[in-house]
Amino acid sequence: MIVAARAILRKDLLIELRTKESVPAMTLFTLTVYVLFHFGLDRDSLDGELASGVLWVTLLLAAVIGVSRLFAAEREQGGIEGLLLAPVDRTALFVAKAASLFVMLVMVELVALPAFGLLLLGPGLGGALPELVAILALANLGVAAVGALVAALAAETRARELIVPLLLLPLLVPLLIACAQASEPFLRQDQGPEDLGRWLGLLTLYDVVFVLLSVAVFDYLLED
Amino acid sequence: MAAIELDGLERRYGERVALAGVSVRVKEGQTLAVLGGNGAGKTTLLRVLAGLLRPHGGRARVLGAELPDERWKLPGSIGYLGHEPLLYRELSGRENLAYHARLHGVAPARVDALLDAVGMAQRAGDPVRELSRGMVQRLAVARAVLHEPALLLLDEPRANLDPAAAERLEPLIGRASGRTRVLVSHDVEGTMAESDVILRLKRGRPAAEDEELYR
Repeated sequence: MIVAARAILRKDLLIELRTKESVPAMTLFTLTVYVLFHFGLDRDSLDGELASGVLWVTLLLAAVIGVSRLFAAEREQGGIEGLLLAPVDRTALFVAKAASLFVMLVMVELVALPAFGLLLLGPGLGGALPELVAILALANLGVAAVGALVAALAAETRARELIVPLLLLPLLVPLLIACAQASEPFLRQDQGPEDLGRWLGLLTLYDVVFVLLSVAVFDYLLED
Repeated sequence: MAAIELDGLERRYGERVALAGVSVRVKEGQTLAVLGGNGAGKTTLLRVLAGLLRPHGGRARVLGAELPDERWKLPGSIGYLGHEPLLYRELSGRENLAYHARLHGVAPARVDALLDAVGMAQRAGDPVRELSRGMVQRLAVARAVLHEPALLLLDEPRANLDPAAAERLEPLIGRASGRTRVLVSHDVEGTMAESDVILRLKRGRPAAEDEELYR
């Protein structure tokens, strides 16, 4: 399973590196939304709950783009058939697709987070970076698991551009709540942890539930 | 032993019947020719045999696996060459074959041997999107036989190939390969000449021997 998962992941990243489709689009979307908030809210800087909400809603909406494109090469170039004809455990496909989305989210965040700090954030990110990175890592894992599941569900449907956000965003609500609540204290002027452990625990629980759920149902998603 | 046994096979797309009452028996090492006009159900039949589509009625047994319940037994045993080459356009021929080799657990050395066998060693590093249709077809053949499948499902395997290329691929997908084959082609005479069993289809149903298939 590991060999197949690595082969699929390597192939996905190579195609993304050459086509430059998903990551640049997600990054550009994120930056554009931050600029829109900057002018739309007519404020030089944000902090606390508002900053946390803007940060996470934007990142999760950007993830929709990545999820919509996650099976694009398989769908458009017969990759799914190639995988179904090979003696590959479907769990390997799930792991590879989730890992691929995880890597893409990290690449977007490497640009989006500093941009958020520059364009919108009052207090600055420096002091709270380790905690924010931990929250981002758990969030990315959850988005990757749910995203791979939703992408596979939508892969063979005609209205996949509609189905992905309609399925994905409601499933991400618990993750959004936990991320926004966990990040909020670190985005205030008087930075300090408040119930961080509780929210990280909720994020971990979310990740575990959706990884297990995805592994359990992934076998049936690509069936005729 | 029979490699393929179909008895009253049925397959529908919604209300539309794509295959009905299809029965045939193909022994190991034999070639089945599937003849019929456009929309006769030839590609659907290949996809059912590959385990990519579920049969909706009748009985289908492929390489000892009852379909659809034992479809899980098929992956790795079938070489499928359909309308699409199943190659990623942004990857090179070598990268595509190496990817499929990893999925099938095939040694990397076979990739180079096959690139040579299909005459694509020189252009193996070029992205598939930059290759001609004939070159893509050669790579698709290499991809289909990469894992030494027991059963070859070939839909117009010589499409886009010049005579020299077609001859070059014969040891891989022709009768000389020694594999059980299902061959779909509009070249009626050529296909019949290299087959042991013939299945004539018209609008998804078996056609009588004297029935005109292409009207």
